Amino acid sequence: MMTAQLASGAQHGAPRRRTTWRRRRDIGAGYAFLSPWLIGFFVLTAGPMVASLVLSFTDYDLFSAPSPVGFANYTRLFTDSNYLQAVKVTLLYVVFGAPLKLIVALAVAVLLNHARGGSGFYRSAFYLPSLIGGSVSVAIVWKAMFTDKSIVANIGSFFGGPPAESGGWVGNPSMTLPMLILLTVWQFGAPMIIFLAGLKQVPTELLESASVDGAGPVRRFTRITLPMLSPVLFFNLLLELIHSFQVFNSAFIISNGTGGPVRSTLFYTLYLYQRGFSDFQMGYASAMAWVLLVVIGLVTLMLFRTSNAWVHYGGDEK
Amino acid sequence: MTTNVVRESGAAAATGGGTRPERSHARARKRIRSVVFHVFSVAVLVVILYPALWMLMSSFKPSNQIVGSVDLIPRHGSFDNYVHAFQGIGGVSFWTFLANSLGLAVLSVVGVTLSCSITAYAFSRIRFPGRGVFFACMISTLLLPFHIVVIPQYIMFNQLGMINTWWPLLLGKFLGADAFFVFLMVQFMRGLPRELDEAARMDGAGHARIFASVILPLLRPALVTSAIFAFIWSWNDFFGPLLYLKTPTSYTMPLALRLYVDQTSTSDYGAQMAMAILAILPVVLFFLAFQRHLVRGVATQGLKG
Repeated sequence: MMTAQLASGAQHGAPRRRTTWRRRRDIGAGYAFLSPWLIGFFVLTAGPMVASLVLSFTDYDLFSAPSPVGFANYTRLFTDSNYLQAVKVTLLYVVFGAPLKLIVALAVAVLLNHARGGSGFYRSAFYLPSLIGGSVSVAIVWKAMFTDKSIVANIGSFFGGPPAESGGWVGNPSMTLPMLILLTVWQFGAPMIIFLAGLKQVPTELLESASVDGAGPVRRFTRITLPMLSPVLFFNLLLELIHSFQVFNSAFIISNGTGGPVRSTLFYTLYLYQRGFSDFQMGYASAMAWVLLVVIGLVTLMLFRTSNAWVHYGGDEK
Repeated sequence: MTTNVVRESGAAAATGGGTRPERSHARARKRIRSVVFHVFSVAVLVVILYPALWMLMSSFKPSNQIVGSVDLIPRHGSFDNYVHAFQGIGGVSFWTFLANSLGLAVLSVVGVTLSCSITAYAFSRIRFPGRGVFFACMISTLLLPFHIVVIPQYIMFNQLGMINTWWPLLLGKFLGADAFFVFLMVQFMRGLPRELDEAARMDGAGHARIFASVILPLLRPALVTSAIFAFIWSWNDFFGPLLYLKTPTSYTMPLALRLYVDQTSTSDYGAQMAMAILAILPVVLFFLAFQRHLVRGVATQGLKG
């Protein structure tokens, strides 16, 4: 670090004329290298964001010109029972799915971290579902496994669940959400790997000295491991929450795009898709997208705000 | 396993810990712990991999033996389902779907590695006004839900007559829109010593030269990780093709799979499973070949599967 600073200090001592020439060249090169991204940013991200905000105050069906309607799209959201259902389903999925997945991920990560041999194999194997879990293939398999008279339906009815013949979990409105939550928990591998990387950073000397002082495994975990892992936990939680809000593929495949049975898999993005791309209510769908953005933004903000209370960064200890 | 036990007992001996019975007691406890660990891990493994195995085995079974059956090994195994799947759907050959998926995935890889490395070079190696602001913009797009831009994008591509072409799916890849990969490469480039640039600069190299002959060769690990993920994400992508590819001849594998499920009667699970296996196979092969890269990518960058 020091030498690098000294070196750059020496650079500043170079003749002035050369520095300004280099600076100008750097500005040109900087924007030249950045130009593809800049075009992409303005044409594919920033521009469309503004456009969707403008569209959300209009009625637009893709064929006739957009007509301004003020806040009508936004007020309509509160009276649209399908929308409210979509909000409910999505919130349930986020509130139960994300934490459950992280708990499983953390538990398995702690277990693998203790082992010395063979954990690399398990780590890779547990990661596979994360890689394929979002695909159409897995959604189809999930449907087949949870459908009428299927394995899971049989096991479920054995333990007092609904009878296996009545459509299984797929056909039962009260079971579809647990089925999709199981699908996301099944993909615990990716956060598990991030947890494992975090666990490697916990100094063993600290754990050993706590052990010498008579702290049991539970106490060591809650007092040392968990606080030291909190930045990783924060990162995982943020990522999982944002991802869960946008779940689409599995619900689309399993319900065949309908959000059924009885709207029980009508996730937010699925309803947005139906409104935008089946009914071509582009204005209304844009309003839905902006509400989603604001909600995700608020959740992110809240996480960052509360993070002072529970996330411990290395520097704080001093 | 054995090496572990040897190493641990060696360590115990080195510290001169305890008498002989104590040591063997500790060794036995270690062994029990290890057995418990493996039993538990294998149990988790079975639960985790059961759906994948079930899918594979079902693809060899006649349709009427799939749904109700718990056993994995097919009683009358055959390749009929695969023969069926290879015939394609509605007059469109299976190979057309495969070629579409492959073409898109390969071009995605090319686009991502080119555009993201150029962008990352600008962010990490060149000083210019506005860099900080644009970097913050780039990072914030990481957390942006896709749906906020998808409607205007669709309208735009529709007006440009690009529906049913690959443009909407590839343009972003060639313009560095995948912030994850840009960020990954920025992080990697920040780790490369600045002295390299300075030395090249002394020799009269400009930024294009430094990028192409100094940075890019060193960037290889990050490029490989990005390429693998770009391929897999493009291959698994469902939402993009669902929006933009409208005729069966332009369908990718996931879309074809969905069409298959729609068109075959719901009881024809056998052919569906075979098709599902064929659609997921390249991803699994990538996983087997590059698992170290993938795991490292997740561990260091938090890349999602």
